[in-house]
Amino acid sequence: MQLFKHDTHIDFMGKRKLAMILSILLIVVALGSIVTRGLNLGIDFTGGTLVEVGFPAAVELPSVREKLSAEGFGDAVVQHFGTSRDVLIRLAPQADLESAELSDRAFSAMQGLESSADLRRVEFVGPQVGDELTNDGGLAMLYALIGILIYVGLRFEYRFAVGAVIALIHDVIITIGLFSLFQVEFDLPVLAAVLAVIGYSLNDTIVVYDRIRENFRKIRKGDSEKIINSSLNQTLSRTLVTSMTTLLVLLSLFFFGGEIIHGFALALIVGVVIGTYSSIYVAGSAILMMGVSKADLMPVKKEDEAADEMP
Amino acid sequence: MNRYPLWKNLLVAVVVLLGGLYALPNIFDQDPSMEVSAQRDAVIDLATQTRVEAALQKSGISSKGMSINNGKLLVRFTTSDDQLKAMDPIAAALGENYTQALTLLPDLPGWLSGLGAEPMYLGLDLRGGIHVLIDVDMESALEQALERYSSDIRTLLRGEKVRYVRIGREGEAVIVKFNNAAKRDEASGIIGEEFRSLIIEDLDQGEDFLVKTSLSPSESRDVKKFALQQNITTLRNRVNALGVSEPLIQQQGDRRIVVQLPGAQDPAKVKELLGATATLEYRLADTEHSVEDAVNGRVPPGSRLYRERDGQPVLLKKQVIVTGDQIVDASSGFDQRSGQPAVFVSLDGIGAKRMRRMTNENVGRPMAVVFIENRTTTRMVNGQPEKVRSKVEEVISIANILEPFGRRFQTTGLDSTEEAHDLALLLRAGALAAPIEIVEERTIGPSLGQDNIDQGFRSVMIGLALVMVFMAVYYRVFGLVANLALAMNLILVVALLSLLQATLTLPGIAGIVLTVGMAVDANVLIFERIREEIKNGSTPQASIQAGYEKAFSTIIDANVTTLIAAIVLFSFGTGPIKGFAITLALGILTSMFTAIVGTRAVINLIYGRKRVKSLAV
Repeated sequence: MQLFKHDTHIDFMGKRKLAMILSILLIVVALGSIVTRGLNLGIDFTGGTLVEVGFPAAVELPSVREKLSAEGFGDAVVQHFGTSRDVLIRLAPQADLESAELSDRAFSAMQGLESSADLRRVEFVGPQVGDELTNDGGLAMLYALIGILIYVGLRFEYRFAVGAVIALIHDVIITIGLFSLFQVEFDLPVLAAVLAVIGYSLNDTIVVYDRIRENFRKIRKGDSEKIINSSLNQTLSRTLVTSMTTLLVLLSLFFFGGEIIHGFALALIVGVVIGTYSSIYVAGSAILMMGVSKADLMPVKKEDEAADEMP
Repeated sequence: MNRYPLWKNLLVAVVVLLGGLYALPNIFDQDPSMEVSAQRDAVIDLATQTRVEAALQKSGISSKGMSINNGKLLVRFTTSDDQLKAMDPIAAALGENYTQALTLLPDLPGWLSGLGAEPMYLGLDLRGGIHVLIDVDMESALEQALERYSSDIRTLLRGEKVRYVRIGREGEAVIVKFNNAAKRDEASGIIGEEFRSLIIEDLDQGEDFLVKTSLSPSESRDVKKFALQQNITTLRNRVNALGVSEPLIQQQGDRRIVVQLPGAQDPAKVKELLGATATLEYRLADTEHSVEDAVNGRVPPGSRLYRERDGQPVLLKKQVIVTGDQIVDASSGFDQRSGQPAVFVSLDGIGAKRMRRMTNENVGRPMAVVFIENRTTTRMVNGQPEKVRSKVEEVISIANILEPFGRRFQTTGLDSTEEAHDLALLLRAGALAAPIEIVEERTIGPSLGQDNIDQGFRSVMIGLALVMVFMAVYYRVFGLVANLALAMNLILVVALLSLLQATLTLPGIAGIVLTVGMAVDANVLIFERIREEIKNGSTPQASIQAGYEKAFSTIIDANVTTLIAAIVLFSFGTGPIKGFAITLALGILTSMFTAIVGTRAVINLIYGRKRVKSLAV
């Protein structure tokens, strides 16, 4: 079976101006939202206390709120989590109570409401830990980008490395921007997912670049734009099939993996879709604009040796 | 012709076999179990087992089996419900010298455990339990060290008969003030001789001649290291007293301690025990001065005003006879004479010597026990975290010294046996060198842990099935081969995780799911190349050869970059995120083997030996 004809001749690069406008628009919206609305950071980053309580039967939120405010948690945020039997309670720090005690108090309040209430989860993160995590998270993203820049720079050429990183930053900004725009909670697993998106998006870009490099060396006639276009067409089937299989498992994770993993799966789904788009349009356009040509790729002769080692 | 040399086929076969073998333990059920261990002088023997059996029978709970292993009694149950229900009857039957811990035990056949095969190690988010991150207050540890030095300097100068005006703390230094330069220089020499780890400066400020002593960088490093070590030891003792199977207590960074208690279920109790830093101080009561005067603000210089638990003011001497860190053991019991709850305390050599001297000189005089509890709370002040440290000091008992005593003695005046028990536990665990604060807690209840496992497993299976159907339809025979490789890859990841005993977490399962989606990428690359070659007019055999060859370097490049992301994640992440990084990295590595070498071996077996007109790709 084939989803696509093998000899597609889509003029991807011809539409690169249109793609660029779209990308810039998306980035502006994403950055705008990040700056004005910010991220709905989870307690991993902000610090705070979160208690998940399981009830034997469906429970009404107003009664939970009432009970909590009677116990002095007037500003607690209460919501259902996954099912109507699970309740998620977010607690603000309180002046006269040790932070580690908050969760115990809130849970015993819930037991007062329903004696067989089940403590499913407590997460308490101190403010200093949250701050450190935010810094470390930012640093991790930076290190990942630098590591990738170096590897691609060594394996290809600096313009490819820059192109790959442009595509990555594009993907990361838009993914995070969507979390900001829709105020989806951004917690530690989501950050991990964003880092995984970096890995995935790059995977796609590298495959495209690999083919571009191969074609630059192989095809004697034709300008850069034509060569990049035919490379994109040749890898199109693979790009879409891999995105497809990855999306299949991610959808399975999103729908069956449980509430805790939702944000994680969502970030990856968004990242994979954007990553697929960027590896076709952004990565190709970037190196084209930086003026990559046949001459730049000729001196590197080592590539075929690697292929000889294959089984 | 496409043929693999024998050794390559053998390699694939051996890897498949070993992978299967070490992944096997995971399909066996894990029994919800209870681990009973003995505290202090109690022992676990067949009699203990009989008592537990009787207790279970009485409560109508059936156990699946019992065994004694490494001095611990392991009781297996059929359901986790039984396991939870059995907690109280067993505790009641055995009394407080035994502790029970909930755990999971694999039910493996002997030959498999003989091979060292074990199921994957599940993280707290899957098995349930309590994770606590503790911050050691290093500023306070340094402060205590300075306090110690200033008291030692005082003693030294008095001993050497060098008169000083005043000794006081100023910031991170101890300042000693003298009347003239000669005295100062003499003292400076003596102090320098005695405390080589201090930095000593002589200062002249107008009429004042000062010696400024501060901790050298290496000394303050040692103080911090010691504070952390002592806290870890103390926490370990406290956790052991809790009775948790496989607890983890580990240093993280240079001032944090991670405590992980799988299966622990009462976070309130755990935090209370971990977070409190209590110590005792034994002081003489000041009987020469009036308590009333002190209450009205005229506290005599050598004394301090304290309060008893009921609020009654007491005047005590400032000088401490013995502090908590000189206590080597403490146990609760009953006073033989009065029958009141009591704590029996043993002191170390130095403590015993001081206690003997003081009690000798002061028979008949009252001595007080001050209970000091340190609590640290972080509050948000104007959006900035601010630490508030509160110190609760209470006189818990005041009694006349009836006779001189030394190494062993008892303290009475406690409200209940429970209080005596708790105090003994805290004292036994030792005094903490520096106050600690819980800065992170993650508790996962057992029901959520099981849900996470179920949902994780389900999403892996559904994802796998979807990908397999897609591949089979899209690439036909080659797709089926890729599916074989995919299944193999999954087994290899599980086998490696089991073998390394790396922690499997919920994000780790997500990593496996992601690997399933991405692992077929290598095969997609290869198969697309083969299709291209066929389209370009190559023969089937040549197409297979060229397809694998040309896709190889692309696959390596693509995977190495993902691996870089996984490594960054691993080095930055904690707990659950590390789990994701590990499974992602392992998945990438194994998938390269299965997708390239594995599928090639099968494809060669199918197509390699014969003339083929077309490929089902």
